Amino acid sequence: MIAEIGLAALWLAAALAVLQLVSGAFALKAVDGQVNPLAIYARPAAVTQALLAALAFAMLLWAFATTDLSIKLVATNSHSMKPLVYKLTGTWGNHEGSMLLWVGVLALSGGLLAGFERRLPERTMGATLAVQGFVALGFYAFLLLSSNPFERLPAPAAEGNGLNPLLQDIGLAIHPPTLYAGYVGLSVAFSLAMGALLTREVTPAFARVMRPWVLGAWVLLTLGITAGSYWAYYELGWGGWWFWDPVENASLMPWLAATALLHSVSVLAARDALRTWTIMLGVLAFSMSMLGTFLVRSGVLTSVHAFAVDPERGAFILALLGIYIGGAFAIFALRAGAVAEGKRFAAVSREGALVFNNVMLSGILAIVLLGTLYPLLTEAFDVRVSVGPPYFNPASAIFAIPMLLVMAVGPLLRWKSDNPGRLRMELVIIGALMVGVIVAVSIVGQYPLLPLLGLGLAPALAVAAVLPLKGRKLARVPVATWGMVVAHFGIAVALFGMACEGAFSRERLAAVAPGGTERIGDFAVTLESVTPVAGPNWTAIEARLAVREGGGAPVILTPQARSFWSPQQSTSESALLTRWNGQLYAVIGNQAEDGRWQLRIWWKPFVTFIWYGGILVALGGVLAIAGRVRVDVRRRLASTKGDRRRADVEALGRPAPVPAE
Amino acid sequence: MRNRLWLWVPLALFAFFAGLAAYMLTQPKDQFVQSAMIGQPLPDFALPPAFTGLPGASKADLADGRPRLLNIWASWCLPCIAEAPQLEALQKQGVEIVGIAIRDRPEDVANFLAKHGNPYTRIGSDRISEVQLALGSSGVPETFVIDGKGIIRHQHIGDIRPEDVPKLIAELEKAR
Repeated sequence: MIAEIGLAALWLAAALAVLQLVSGAFALKAVDGQVNPLAIYARPAAVTQALLAALAFAMLLWAFATTDLSIKLVATNSHSMKPLVYKLTGTWGNHEGSMLLWVGVLALSGGLLAGFERRLPERTMGATLAVQGFVALGFYAFLLLSSNPFERLPAPAAEGNGLNPLLQDIGLAIHPPTLYAGYVGLSVAFSLAMGALLTREVTPAFARVMRPWVLGAWVLLTLGITAGSYWAYYELGWGGWWFWDPVENASLMPWLAATALLHSVSVLAARDALRTWTIMLGVLAFSMSMLGTFLVRSGVLTSVHAFAVDPERGAFILALLGIYIGGAFAIFALRAGAVAEGKRFAAVSREGALVFNNVMLSGILAIVLLGTLYPLLTEAFDVRVSVGPPYFNPASAIFAIPMLLVMAVGPLLRWKSDNPGRLRMELVIIGALMVGVIVAVSIVGQYPLLPLLGLGLAPALAVAAVLPLKGRKLARVPVATWGMVVAHFGIAVALFGMACEGAFSRERLAAVAPGGTERIGDFAVTLESVTPVAGPNWTAIEARLAVREGGGAPVILTPQARSFWSPQQSTSESALLTRWNGQLYAVIGNQAEDGRWQLRIWWKPFVTFIWYGGILVALGGVLAIAGRVRVDVRRRLASTKGDRRRADVEALGRPAPVPAE
Repeated sequence: MRNRLWLWVPLALFAFFAGLAAYMLTQPKDQFVQSAMIGQPLPDFALPPAFTGLPGASKADLADGRPRLLNIWASWCLPCIAEAPQLEALQKQGVEIVGIAIRDRPEDVANFLAKHGNPYTRIGSDRISEVQLALGSSGVPETFVIDGKGIIRHQHIGDIRPEDVPKLIAELEKAR
C-alpha cells in the first residue's frame, strides 16, 4: 500500500501542477481591469501540490525505514542489516530517491511562495506560479515516466543490495538534502524572474520579494558546499578539501551565480538599478542548478560522485533543460529589451563595486563551467582529458583576487557616486596590512604564489569587513548590515584557512612497524597496534595511534581501512585530531611484505578555518534574512496600524489627515 | 534603440552546449580515432627526474632497441589512480614503462607512487606540458607504444582499463 499511496500522490501532484500552470497563466489576461477569476486556483494548487509531494517522499522514507524489499529501489539500494539512520539516508543516496527529494523541495518552495507571499501584484504572482508549475510538471514527468521510485518487483527480493559504502556516513545525511534545498530554492528566484519578465514589472518591490528566497537558497548552498567539502576531506582519505570534481563544480556554479544574484538583487531593491542583469542572473542561477543535476545524473561526465548514470535519463533531463533554460533565455532575449532601463550610477560607487563583483563572479563561473565542460567538448573530438587544479586554481584566482580586493572596499563606498579620496585612510590601512603580511611571510620562507597572496589578503579582508561599522553606534546598525559584515569576515576566515593549508601543510608517509614512532611538526605519532574490528556491515583494520604533542599525554587516534561486504568495496576512514590551530589527519594504508604498515599523516595548520569561514558566511546570510524580514514585518505592522487609525478617524466623522509624503 | 544583440548571447551559448551534450549522449563511449602521431618519430626531448627516486627521461632512453610504453600522467589526475593497477600488471608481465609527469611536484609524485605503486623505470618531469604537446597528447592519462627506434607505434587515450592490458601487450609485440 505504501508504494501505491506514494505513487498516487505523485500523479495527483503532477495534475495539480497542470492546474497551477493554466490558472496562473490566466492571471496574465485581465478581465475588465480586474484579476481574472480563473487565476484564483493557482495558489491553492501550489499549496496542495507541496503537501502531496511531501507525502510521496514520506512514503518512500517509510519504505526504506521498514526495508520493504518488494520495492525495486529499496531492494537495489538498501539492506536489512544496515543501521536505521543509513536506511533513511539511503532514501536519497540513489537516483530515483534523490530526484524525488529534488521534486519535493521544488513543490515545497512553490507552496511556500503561494502560501505566504502577498506583496507582489497578482498578475506577476500568477505568472510566477505558472512558471513554477511548468518547471515542476517537467520533473514530475521525468520521475513518473523514467525514474519511478515506487516500482514494485514481480517477487520481493530476499535481501537488499546494500548502499555505496562511501555514502554510509552521517555527513551524507545532511549534505545532499541541504544542497538540494539550495539548488531548488533557486527555482523560486527563477520563477519570480520569469514572472516579472513576462509582466515587465521589474521593480524594487519585486526585488524585495525575491531577496529572501535568494538569500535562503544561498545560505543552504553555502552550508551544503561547506559540509560537502568537509565530507570529501575526511571520507575520501586524500587529505584534500576541494577536488574540482564535476559534482563539486555542479554545486559551486549555482552558488557563484546565486552570490552574484543576491548582490545585484540588493542593488535593484535599494537603488532600482541593474534590472536586466538581475533577471539574467535569476535565470542563470537556477539554470546552473539544473545543469548540475544533468551533469551528475546523465553520466556525460565521469566523476567519483556519480552514483547513477544512464544515457536515456540523461536525454530526458537534457530535453527538460532545453525547454526550461532554452525557453527562459529565449524569452529573456525577446522581452528583456522591453524592460525599462534602471537608474544610472557613477563607476566609483557602491553600485559600481557591486557590478565589478558581479562581473568577477561571473568570470569565475565561466572558468568553472568551461573547465567542467571542456572534457565533454574534447571528447566530442575523441580526446579524453582530465582538467585538474593546475587549470582551475590559477584561472579562477585571476578573477577571485580582484574581486576580493574590491570586496574589501565596496561596502565603504556610498551609493550612486563617491569620491575615493574620502576613503584614503581606510585604503592605506587595508593596503599596508596586505603588503606587510606578504613581505613578512616571504622573508620567513618560500611559499607558492597563490597561498602567499591568500595569506596577505585574508587579514586585510578581515579588517576591511568590520570597517563599515567604524564610527557607528553598534546597537543601531541594522541586522542586515551585520549579516554583510559577518559574511565578508567569513570569506576572510575561509581564505586564511585555504592559504595556510596551501602554504604550511606538512605530510609524512612512512612504513611503520607496530611500536614505531613517526614525527610530524610538534607531534610524535606512535603506532601502538593494528587490530581487526567489525561493524554492522563491514570489517576493518584499525590502527591505534598514540599522538603526543610536545611532551604531553598521548591522545589515541584510530584510523581504519574498512571493507564493506554488500556491495564489496573498501574505504579508508581517516582519523582527525583537531586543535585550535589545525588538524592532524591520519590514514592507515596497506601492509607491506615485511609486516610494516603504510601510515600517512598530515599536519594541516588552520585547515578548519575553511569550514568555520563557510559557516560564518552562511550565518551572515541568516542574519541578512532575519534583518530584512524584521524590517518587512515592522513596515507591515506600521501600515496596518495606520489603516486602523484612519478608519477610526473616519468613523468619528472627521476628515482623514493626508499622509505626509 | 540600443543594440539588443547581447541579449541573445546566453541563448546562443546554451544552444551550443545543448547541441554538444545531445551529440555526446548519442555517441557510444570509448571510441577513439587513432592519432596522426602514429608512425612518426618521437620529438627531441630530455626531461629532468620528476623526483629523486628515479632518473629522468629523454628521447635517447626510448631508442635503444627495446619497445616500451610511454605513459603521460600526473599525481593530480584522478583517472591516473584508476589505471595504476593496470600499469602494475603490465610491469609484472615484463613491460618497461617510462613515465612523464605533467605539471607536477616532486613530493606529489613520490606520494602518488608510494600510494598507488611504482611501475616506472624512469620518470621525466614535464613542468610546462612542453613534451606532452610535442607528442600530440592533450590530456592525462595517455599511453604511447614506442618501438626500439623511437617511433610512436600506438596511442592509447584515457586511462588503461583491465581489458586494454592484452591489447597493449599485443601492440608491444607488433613493435618488436
